[in-house]
Amino acid sequence: MPDAGFFLLTPDFLLLAPDYLLMEQQLEQIAVEVVNRAMRAGATAADVTVLEADEFSTTLRLGQIEKLKEAASKALGLRLFLGARSASSFSSDFSLPSLERLVERTLAMARVTSEDPASGLPDAELLGGYEGDLGLYSEDVAGLSTEECIDYARRAERAALDADPRIKNSEGAWFEASVGRRAYANSLGFAGSYRSSYCAGSVAPVAEDGGMQRDYWYSVSRRRSALESPEAVGRKAAERTLRKLGGRKKATCQVPVIFDPETAPSLVGHIFEAVRGDAIYRSASFLTGKLNQRVANERVTILDDGLRPGGFGTRPFDGEGIPASVTPVIEKGVLSNYLLNCYTARKLNMRTTGNASRGVSGPPSVGPKNFYMASGPHTAEEIRKSVKAGFYVTDLIGFGVNIVTGDYSRGAAGMWIENGDFAYPVEEVTIAGNLAEMLNHIEMVGSDLEFRSAIAAPTLLISGLTVAGT
Amino acid sequence: MGNSDRFFFERFGLTDANLSQYLGAALSEGGEYADLYLEHTTSSSLLVDESLVKTATEGISMGCGIRVVAGEQTGYAYTDDLAPDKILKAAKIAGRIASGPARVSTVGLSALDAHHDFYPVALPSTDRDLSDKLGLVVRADIAARAYDPRIKQVRATYGDQIRHVLIAGSDGRVVTDFQPLVRLSVFTIAQDGGKLQSGSSGGGGRVGLEFFSGERDPEHFAKEAARQAIVQLEARDAPAGEMEVVLGPGWPGILLHEAIGHGLEADFNRKGISAFSGKMGQRVASDICTVVDDGTIPARRGSLNVDDEGEPTQKTVLIENGILRAYLQDKLSSDILKTTRTGNGRRESYEHIPMPRMTNTYMLAGTDAPEDIIRSVKRGLYASNFGGGQVDITNGKFVFSASEAYLIEDGRLTAPVKGATLIGDGPTVLTRVTAVGNDLKLDPGIGTCGKDGQSVPVGVGIPTIKVSSLTVGGTAPRGTASFT
Repeated sequence: MPDAGFFLLTPDFLLLAPDYLLMEQQLEQIAVEVVNRAMRAGATAADVTVLEADEFSTTLRLGQIEKLKEAASKALGLRLFLGARSASSFSSDFSLPSLERLVERTLAMARVTSEDPASGLPDAELLGGYEGDLGLYSEDVAGLSTEECIDYARRAERAALDADPRIKNSEGAWFEASVGRRAYANSLGFAGSYRSSYCAGSVAPVAEDGGMQRDYWYSVSRRRSALESPEAVGRKAAERTLRKLGGRKKATCQVPVIFDPETAPSLVGHIFEAVRGDAIYRSASFLTGKLNQRVANERVTILDDGLRPGGFGTRPFDGEGIPASVTPVIEKGVLSNYLLNCYTARKLNMRTTGNASRGVSGPPSVGPKNFYMASGPHTAEEIRKSVKAGFYVTDLIGFGVNIVTGDYSRGAAGMWIENGDFAYPVEEVTIAGNLAEMLNHIEMVGSDLEFRSAIAAPTLLISGLTVAGT
Repeated sequence: MGNSDRFFFERFGLTDANLSQYLGAALSEGGEYADLYLEHTTSSSLLVDESLVKTATEGISMGCGIRVVAGEQTGYAYTDDLAPDKILKAAKIAGRIASGPARVSTVGLSALDAHHDFYPVALPSTDRDLSDKLGLVVRADIAARAYDPRIKQVRATYGDQIRHVLIAGSDGRVVTDFQPLVRLSVFTIAQDGGKLQSGSSGGGGRVGLEFFSGERDPEHFAKEAARQAIVQLEARDAPAGEMEVVLGPGWPGILLHEAIGHGLEADFNRKGISAFSGKMGQRVASDICTVVDDGTIPARRGSLNVDDEGEPTQKTVLIENGILRAYLQDKLSSDILKTTRTGNGRRESYEHIPMPRMTNTYMLAGTDAPEDIIRSVKRGLYASNFGGGQVDITNGKFVFSASEAYLIEDGRLTAPVKGATLIGDGPTVLTRVTAVGNDLKLDPGIGTCGKDGQSVPVGVGIPTIKVSSLTVGGTAPRGTASFT
């Protein structure tokens, strides 16, 4: 017999979810129902996350549609406890027999795990959700037509191709849009849900003049109306690609390095990895044991903000039902907080910072809210002009970062600076140093902070790095 | 082939008539080709951390992806519900890419005979007791801690996946496969005074749990992860600049994956955006280098009986004695380029459109003894373990990051150095290979490759090789701190 006869709601759930409920509230009902079933089956505590998404994406290349993709998906993740033991499971099959099996199998797994005194749901008094509008959802994304999406990508690519005769090819232009719904419920009585939207347009032109170079640019927002024009995206992509033509290697040297607003967030991302509670309790971070100590110079302030309207890390509550908040991480150089979910908070005898991140598979991990370095006083131009000879990094590749030691070594490309101006492009070099030292050698912080993902940083000037080339 | 043949028919009541109906719906507005990819994947994972079994997770993911190809255009839709009405709806959405009269599939569907089964597993991991899997991670934890008192933290994870797939194409082919995948990983942190270092190791493949015995028992991987962390406690700053580099055998084959593998994927080449575009038949490596991509090695992590478009996998010679011979093809690229498929059309899951991907990519053994290769270097770097790598397809620049490396001084390995990224140029780096060892080794089964947001398991392999010049991204300029 077919196993998958039901879509989304079983007859049981339909009784609980009248027509007038919004889709995310129906998901909430499903989450509550699965929590209740787990409790009836013998769990001492349980929580459930349900995700649903509608996504659309298109790729164009040289004006022709290359791909159109459209789909709806859903998944449910269950975590349950038997005292201090726990296990989790996930499924995309919401039929009743399947969910009953899920509960049974998860209980069986929980019986063989270890008792872990730090495990468990949050304390009930911490639960809650931000009630105001966080700007996570916009109807203008849900209402986008296929033609509008194709048109954006086509115009962005056209603008890139028209920008310069040396732009001779394209890897493609993309537009994607999605609307997601998330619900969370636990056996302490919390149930919440929200929806979000996302759209992005991008283009990756290829320039040729002797060698070939490719770069890209993109615009991304939770609102279609907030996207840059496709022409602006295309021109910026062309400009970024053209400036890479004729790249040279450099002799190995130590020079000031500027990270542009596209590469600076990756540095801040490494700091996030180093302040995650799980890295701290395992002593797997160079910032272990440094709380309330100076870890950076006074120019450095890093915040984790769960409430920023329309932010990509914004949410009314985290993966464990903790309301969103703003957590200072580094204040004028002093490490003021680690980022924690309930588990890592208990391990460290601290309080959760609402950083539980949860997909459907596995227990909550630690994820960023909107994790960013605060703006400084300098324009990007001022920063560049201050450099007599140095390296302006626009591309970083590879994984040469060790959070345990802070050792940093990555492949890089960008522009050489001579007397405050761009002189020529540089490629096939590495930059290396140590994150702990880099935090103390941030000499200038830009005023050009932009939130293009959950992790953001302005232009940064860092001294003391080794650029390795010939 | 495998025991998957009837899986979807028996479990989901699927019939041949259903398949024809779905393909018919997909081509109802025209198009040259359509295919269905039905997938049912069961996965489980276990984590031991701080000597506690902290996490046990199990999950099921299933769905059907439908593709319609019209010229060079692809329409794609998927559903996570295998009910006929849901698949039909997805088929019609995918079919909107085409605009023309319905194309009636005149080819009858017929099961494609499998020529091989590269991963026969007597007892799939999903049928094993949880306690058998737990035993692996618990043993790894104990062995890593016992290696040295300076090992302070151990995390051991086990993960497995059993994937049933059915691929039906409008060309009449129906293929099923049963794809097991198992992996054990160990992470360690060593502490000595204020110094902290980490190590990692792991292995697996398309195997059952019996794989983790003998030379590949959990203790082996645990000791290796512990050994690396302890060695690194003594590491000094890595050198910076161009120098002779010797790569050890096995996982350092990631060089091939990044430097040439991605650049030889046919999609980039038919679009003319790869640094290797237009180089077919030309020299891209020294004549002692022969590189293959081989999806047919039994039980390997990167192997497949058929690719995710239903094409049998094969061994493809990419570079023969230094000359570029072939690209890695999927159906779309091979149709456009009017050449044959190579069984490299892969996808992460039913949610994804297939594209050319590597399977197991390695360099054939040469004739040099590894000791002689090291002995021939006056001053350089020996790198035996790596983290990840990345490549810019268009300009060919690639990186891979050494996690265990030693200085070579006067033909001998001396001090261990800190991790450092190595950077080079794909189309020229292999022309600087001046020695190839006789010690070809494949990696232990740990690789995952990412492209366009899709992850697939892959393998790499290489004998000991010497590259006459490669940029090492340390912090210590040559002639100063590092070389004493």
